[in-house]
Amino acid sequence: MKILTGNDLRSGAVTWWNGTGWSLFVDDAVDVGDEAKEILAREEAARRVNVPYVIEATIDAGGHVRPAHIKDRVRALGPTVRRDLAVPTAAKTGWDWVI
Amino acid sequence: MYRYDQYDQAMVDARVEEFRDQARRRLEGKLTEDQFKPLRLMNGLYLQLHAYMLRVAIPYGTLNAHQMEALADIAEKYDRGYGHFTTRQNIQYNWIKLEDAADILADLSKVEMHAIQTSGNCIRNISADHFAGAAADEVVDPRPYAELMRQWSSFHPEFTYLPRKFKIAVIGSETDRAAMRLHDIGIRIVKRDGEVGAQFFAGGGMGRTPMIAPMIRDFVPLDQLIIYAEACLRVYNRYGRRDNKYKARIKILVHELGAAEYTRQVEDEFAHMLSVGIEPPREELARIAAHFAPPAFVDGPKTLDRSDPDFALWVDRNTHRHQHDAYVSAVISLKPAGGIPGDATADQMRLMARLAKQYSFDELRVMHTQNVLLPHVRIADLHAVWSALDEAGLGSPNMDTIEDIIACPGLDYCSLANARSIPLAQRISERFAASGRTAELGELKLKISGCINACGHHHAGHIGILGVDKKGTENFQLSLGGSEAEDVSLAKITGPGFDEDGVVAAVEKVTDVYLGAREDGERFLDTYRRIGMEPFKEALYGR
Repeated sequence: MKILTGNDLRSGAVTWWNGTGWSLFVDDAVDVGDEAKEILAREEAARRVNVPYVIEATIDAGGHVRPAHIKDRVRALGPTVRRDLAVPTAAKTGWDWVI
Repeated sequence: MYRYDQYDQAMVDARVEEFRDQARRRLEGKLTEDQFKPLRLMNGLYLQLHAYMLRVAIPYGTLNAHQMEALADIAEKYDRGYGHFTTRQNIQYNWIKLEDAADILADLSKVEMHAIQTSGNCIRNISADHFAGAAADEVVDPRPYAELMRQWSSFHPEFTYLPRKFKIAVIGSETDRAAMRLHDIGIRIVKRDGEVGAQFFAGGGMGRTPMIAPMIRDFVPLDQLIIYAEACLRVYNRYGRRDNKYKARIKILVHELGAAEYTRQVEDEFAHMLSVGIEPPREELARIAAHFAPPAFVDGPKTLDRSDPDFALWVDRNTHRHQHDAYVSAVISLKPAGGIPGDATADQMRLMARLAKQYSFDELRVMHTQNVLLPHVRIADLHAVWSALDEAGLGSPNMDTIEDIIACPGLDYCSLANARSIPLAQRISERFAASGRTAELGELKLKISGCINACGHHHAGHIGILGVDKKGTENFQLSLGGSEAEDVSLAKITGPGFDEDGVVAAVEKVTDVYLGAREDGERFLDTYRRIGMEPFKEALYGR
């Protein structure tokens, strides 16, 4: 599946396109199919996201949306070395999910 | 230490207001990200993996207690309660909001700090020997010259858009504690027949193509220091490779031209520049130098009670000989076993500030090794300093040992990284602390970078580790034999890389080879240089 991610313009927080807006949780990400370019242009112009891009992802055995690249999995949960600062969903996926 | 005059303050204040307007226009949609990005980068504001990151300049690593307290306040008010001290003697905050950035810069300005020129293709923060003005082996205090260069390079109109970023280090001892020859320009302040001048090295650097800077001038008279630096930059600015980002650093130009031809061109430019008369008057250097007058040292005990073995170990490892024999410089380790190299909480920053006020003439230094230094501590006060540090988790006795690891933020924070550096540092420091082998190994500098840009100085590690992306998974190349000191050398790769578990085990094997082969008094680096790579390769790869 193809999902969209970027950073919130004001806060810089990592966000994921959920079909109607931008969520802080990767599990909310939806498959955008062939519509990535159009959504990215519209959302960036509306300043709802900063530096957005499209990535490959899968649904893993636990039902979680899993970005294909480790960099985006680190972005999804937070620094692996500061788990106290992780997004709340890290508790569901577990940190092995990143590697 | 140097204090801003009205010109310094006015320049920084004006930049804060300029950035406030730029950020407002970005938030209102009047600037696109493409338009805004170079503006925010000029003010040290990056966009990293999790948020905006602000890199604050700490000129030649020197700050006072009030400034450290302000850094702590920023960590607490605008970030998540901590900051990260870097290998260029700066501090980075990892969780900054764009809407707060101008307020942070305003807060910094109130304590004579800023984030200007901590990014972009300009002359970056000038770095220096962290023991400047304190080390017993110092020939000349390099700080006035570093400050002069800071003022010269700040907002220099000709060097705002160089082919690539440009880093300068200044030292004043034979001992190199600033990786001077691994900078674009390295300057050693020297004395010749009683006259002070500067030795110039050009074209060093780490990153994708590591190079050791050759010496291009043995002695530049003091009243021509800025002109000579200007000539070095002018030749680079004119001929540096703007067509290829990966070949745009000065090291490539010096390498391709050859040191002799680059030097010839610099000398031609220098001769021309001498006629222009841009060198600041000697009185200006004298004005600056007055800020660095030695503090009012007092005599006191030169020995201490070593009956507490933990304290004695810390004294042996973490203190450095001072110019005044009743004082030492004391290294505050930001490397607890299993900790994150260079990270300090707001409370730890405040403690360091308090200790600086109480025991070190209100002065602190950020070391390029990602530790913090109290430069002038009375021997009589050492136990009190150590006790306070130890209680706050800042008393690890590990300076220059295998636990004193340099590690870049890596893939846990950095958008350029390919692999995580910090977890490796944590595992290695934990393992050696638990095994008790750290003391036996002696001086052993281990440095880890999460990508080829080498912010973790892996090329200069006695043992270096470089994280790479191998088909979407983290892989780690091991290298041996680097040094950033006066015996500078570049590390060589051992062979095929390892996964995370593998590289931790490989480091242990390498230390086993060293312990088995070393002769009396040899450091790891000495043994490596004597026996070469083969015994290490055999242990690692069985061939």
